[in-house]
Amino acid sequence: MARSRPLEAIGSRDRTVQISPFLLLAYSTAPLQPSLKSSSSHREICASRRTTTTATAAMAAPRHLTLLLAISFLLLGAAVAAADEAGEGGPRGRRLLVLVDDLAVRSSHSAFFASLQGRGFDLDFRLADDPKLSLHRYGQYLYDGLVLFAPSTSRFGGSVDQNAVLEFIDAGHDMILAADSSASDLIRGIATECGVDFDEDPEAMVIDHINYAATDAEGDHTLIAGDDLIKSDVILGSKKIEAPVLFRGIGHAVNPSNSLVLKVLSASPSAYSANPKTKLASPPSLTGSAISLVSVMQARNNARVLISGSLDLFSNRFLKSGVQKAGSKIRHEKAGNEQFVTETSKWVFHERGHLKAVNVKHNKVGETNEPGMYRINDDLEYSVEIYEWSGTSWKPYVADDVQVQFYMMSPYVLKTLLTDKKGVYSTSFKVPDVYGVFQFKVEYQRLGYTGLSLAKQIPVRPYRHNEYERFITSAYPYYAASFSTMGAFFIFSFVYLYHK
Amino acid sequence: MAATALDSLPAPLRSLRLKTKQQELLLRVSALALIYVLAFVVRLFSVLRYESMIHEFDPYFNYRTTLFLSEHGFSEFWNWFDSESWYPLSRVVGGTLFPGLMVTAALLHRLLRALSLAVHIREVCVLTAPFFAANTTLVAYAFGREIWDSGAGLVAAALIAVCPGYISRSVAGSYDNEGVAIFALLLTFYLFVRAVNTGSLAWALASAFGYFYMVSAWGGYVFIINLLPLYVLVLLVTGRYSQRLYVAYNCMYVLGMLLAMQIRFVGFQHVQSGEHMAAMGVFFLLQVFFFLDWVRYLLNDAKLFKSFLRITLTCVITVGTLALGIGTASGYISPWTGRFYSLLDPTYAKDHIPIIASVSEHQPTAWSSFMFDFHILLFLFPAGLYFCFKRLSDATIFIVMYGLTSMYFAGVMVRLILVAAPAVCLVSAIAASATIKNLTTLIRTKSKSPQTVSGKASGSKAAAKGAVDQSLPFQQNAAIALLLGAFYLLSRYAVHCTWVTSEAYSSPSIVLAARGHNGGRVIFDDYREAYYWLRQNTPSDAKIMSWWDYGYQITAMGNRTVIVDNNTWNNTHIATVGRAMSSYEDEAYEIMQSLDVNYVLVVFGGVTGYSSDDINKFLWMVRIGGGVFPVIKEPDYLVNGEYRVDKGAAPKMLNCLMYKLCYYRFGELTTEYGKPPGYDRVRGVEIGNKDIKLEYLEEAFTTSNWIVRIYKVKPPKNRS
Repeated sequence: MARSRPLEAIGSRDRTVQISPFLLLAYSTAPLQPSLKSSSSHREICASRRTTTTATAAMAAPRHLTLLLAISFLLLGAAVAAADEAGEGGPRGRRLLVLVDDLAVRSSHSAFFASLQGRGFDLDFRLADDPKLSLHRYGQYLYDGLVLFAPSTSRFGGSVDQNAVLEFIDAGHDMILAADSSASDLIRGIATECGVDFDEDPEAMVIDHINYAATDAEGDHTLIAGDDLIKSDVILGSKKIEAPVLFRGIGHAVNPSNSLVLKVLSASPSAYSANPKTKLASPPSLTGSAISLVSVMQARNNARVLISGSLDLFSNRFLKSGVQKAGSKIRHEKAGNEQFVTETSKWVFHERGHLKAVNVKHNKVGETNEPGMYRINDDLEYSVEIYEWSGTSWKPYVADDVQVQFYMMSPYVLKTLLTDKKGVYSTSFKVPDVYGVFQFKVEYQRLGYTGLSLAKQIPVRPYRHNEYERFITSAYPYYAASFSTMGAFFIFSFVYLYHK
Repeated sequence: MAATALDSLPAPLRSLRLKTKQQELLLRVSALALIYVLAFVVRLFSVLRYESMIHEFDPYFNYRTTLFLSEHGFSEFWNWFDSESWYPLSRVVGGTLFPGLMVTAALLHRLLRALSLAVHIREVCVLTAPFFAANTTLVAYAFGREIWDSGAGLVAAALIAVCPGYISRSVAGSYDNEGVAIFALLLTFYLFVRAVNTGSLAWALASAFGYFYMVSAWGGYVFIINLLPLYVLVLLVTGRYSQRLYVAYNCMYVLGMLLAMQIRFVGFQHVQSGEHMAAMGVFFLLQVFFFLDWVRYLLNDAKLFKSFLRITLTCVITVGTLALGIGTASGYISPWTGRFYSLLDPTYAKDHIPIIASVSEHQPTAWSSFMFDFHILLFLFPAGLYFCFKRLSDATIFIVMYGLTSMYFAGVMVRLILVAAPAVCLVSAIAASATIKNLTTLIRTKSKSPQTVSGKASGSKAAAKGAVDQSLPFQQNAAIALLLGAFYLLSRYAVHCTWVTSEAYSSPSIVLAARGHNGGRVIFDDYREAYYWLRQNTPSDAKIMSWWDYGYQITAMGNRTVIVDNNTWNNTHIATVGRAMSSYEDEAYEIMQSLDVNYVLVVFGGVTGYSSDDINKFLWMVRIGGGVFPVIKEPDYLVNGEYRVDKGAAPKMLNCLMYKLCYYRFGELTTEYGKPPGYDRVRGVEIGNKDIKLEYLEEAFTTSNWIVRIYKVKPPKNRS
């Protein structure tokens, strides 16, 4: 009997406030996630709470000192929060790490880098085997994106390895990876993990004897003029890329079991992947339009990865040179590469095609407060605001295919949301005549856009005993019958007892 | 002796001397008071051994609802919609439970509060069952007096106070419906028999209210509503029809039915369900009987009456059959439920409803457990039947029928020993009481005046006995010996009952105890450890998947949403969980994703030797899952019809989710000295798959003795 009574608080759902984050903050090394929107206020609360505890612990300390301590913590919290907001409200930060295996790449690909810098990115060039290389410090990532132009690196310097790069992506960061025909196992491994398999032959290149660039003097037809681009304005920009994209490098196939990878630039049906220097002994393993030259992958956490089989694709030489496709009369003054790499890098670094949903609200028709539970056959309103990042600001997203489900194991209600063109999507419907725990679900996955999956749980209860009709019209005959029987019985008893 | 002591007292005090009748009353009352206390006290072993806690599985739900009732009031309780169980279907708790127990406990709690006794609701819940068991002894006394005499009543009260069959469901902490329902059952029967004996409307009314309380407390009320009409029918057939019976049954049935309809969970079943049709049929039959009786009274012509009888009976039978046929065909009258069928036909559940057959308390009773639960009552019972038949009356016919039917049901299902216990105690009490009474009279009459007895004329009972007496020279000694034997047996019974209560029925089963190798007691508190871990380390809206046995405990102690629980109302949902447990990990992952499962909880006894774990229950999961989803086939998990977990086990068995979750990392553990690592102490084998890798789940928590293991369901892979 004297033992603890664990069931005392069984009814209350309240959980004890966890103290660990506050403690972490006190050492200012907390793993602060830059993308947390509501973090600033949260942290201020944390800071003040932390101080309160300190104050109570150190009662003897002078009061003003405690106050000072409190203010300093508050300031610290605010400063950290302000640093998070540095991305001008955009979905991603602007710090990019560029890893190269030769610093010459910095100048040979300067046009591409200049275009990134021109769009406000802050590039940090490092050799891939730099021993001081590190992606994070004190649990916080130092970069928001990675440009991996080091195809031949067999191992990274410092603490970075394949897993570190993958964790970087899984933490919601983006990456551009360019390989080459000499791609190392490390680069191949990263690509495989992202759903892309490079040709296993390390010497193999994509060869196309029909759709090669006419300037290809060597005659081995490895300089491809690719024009089979994905049809997506979100990924490639609204302006059509007229000129073919020059490509020289290794081909890859996308993993068929991976539904997140897309082929952005595919090879033509006449292409194949083989070593151009040797005679073809056996049929090539990769042929035709199954070969992807450039692919993108958008992970479930909306991290974007671009994988190209050619580093030269980004080079100044390809960006600036003219192109004429073999057998074609038209000669383009400039290859499509510049536009291609600019637009795809915009997409990869979330300057385009990023949606956010805010202010998910639902309430009964005629009310404004969000209830904790609905009753069957209630009429309710549901609304959500969806905005798109335009590169500089959040603009209302306009579409007519956003749907909401009222879902319990299967959708009971499926409604297309109406938009007011200012970002607000709303609809109203009647709760089905079924009780249970439902979810408002918005699953919006569109090519190129970040996925929106919103789920909000809401129980639906049946009628209470006093919510039914008190008198039913169709039951009036029964009411009449019972009351008349009672009356008749009374009269009968009276007559029977007193009638002689 | 008291009288001689009083003789020496002064005159004023001597006037206080009690008359024989008063002495007897005093003795009876004090004996009854002692029995009352004994019945309460013998059920407190569990509180003394462990602590004041709720036991087992269902009581946790009852406790949770009682808590809700006492906190939110009756109206909220009546309309309680619980979204934390049966995710995502939820459960309308207010409409799917028998509220009698909770209301009783809440009222007791309020009463104690009003008396300024500040007790927690849990203490009230823990002690409700013993309290009602003590009250049952009073009812048993009254019942015994009604059917035989007050001596039999006292013996019945004493027998039922310690009867293990009853104690098993009414120890402190076993806060279940049966705790109050047996009291209500016996009370209803007593009041009804009393009503039949007296023909009084008041007693019939009282029995209707007793029935109402029973209906509000336990689904076993179906037994009453079928036994009473059967009893009436037997009385009709044996020509014992009387006005008393007519009044008692009609009043009880009509009022009882109307009252029972007020319970939400029962609703209109009294007029719509096949199980209740017998009572209605007998009700109409009684009217016909009464009508015919009246007609016979009016018609003096026997021949005319005979033809009238023939016509009426044919009409009545046709109308009745037609009504039943149309009702059943149109679906107005629901057919018998599986539980009801399985009571009548013990093999039915095994073939058709695995979920009923899987429950251990639904298994057919073994002889040993009859012996265990009834001890000497088992052979006193036939003796009692003999006495009942010797002195047939309406009341003894009732107790005989109650005894025989409930004994049959007790043979079908282990848990129904509970229903048989009061009947067995009453009938045995008649035997014990009558035997002892005969023996004592024998001793007394012999010692008094054998001559006078022999001088009387033959024909009377006493004379016949006397005649026998004379022919037996050692008759008095034999009687004394027999009496001593009877006392010895009864004392053995008391000893056995106390031993059984303390050893077998006082374990809370949520805290396990074992003997350590040095003889000391080892306590395994793993269940509560795991539930508190869930309570404190998981998000408050986390969904926990486990086999249904643990559902009530998880919601009550862990305060988390469960997929299925012990209220097995939706077989498909349970089958889905069974299917997930018996599938490969990737298939199970899809099922778990569709049910939004965040954590999976399994119970594993391989380290401690705790045998009622999930691996031993697993075949039932396969069967129940396979009953709804034919992709799950039982033979896939067996090798030559044998259930194994070692190297020779079926490949599907070795790789199904349940096996993986139970034995994850178990291959690294040495459980017993001199045995290879991964030695399962329950099955007594080395497990067959020691290298278990989990792809979609990760271990979140394992209790100190590995009894409960909790796994977290990983989110979908980020990059594929």
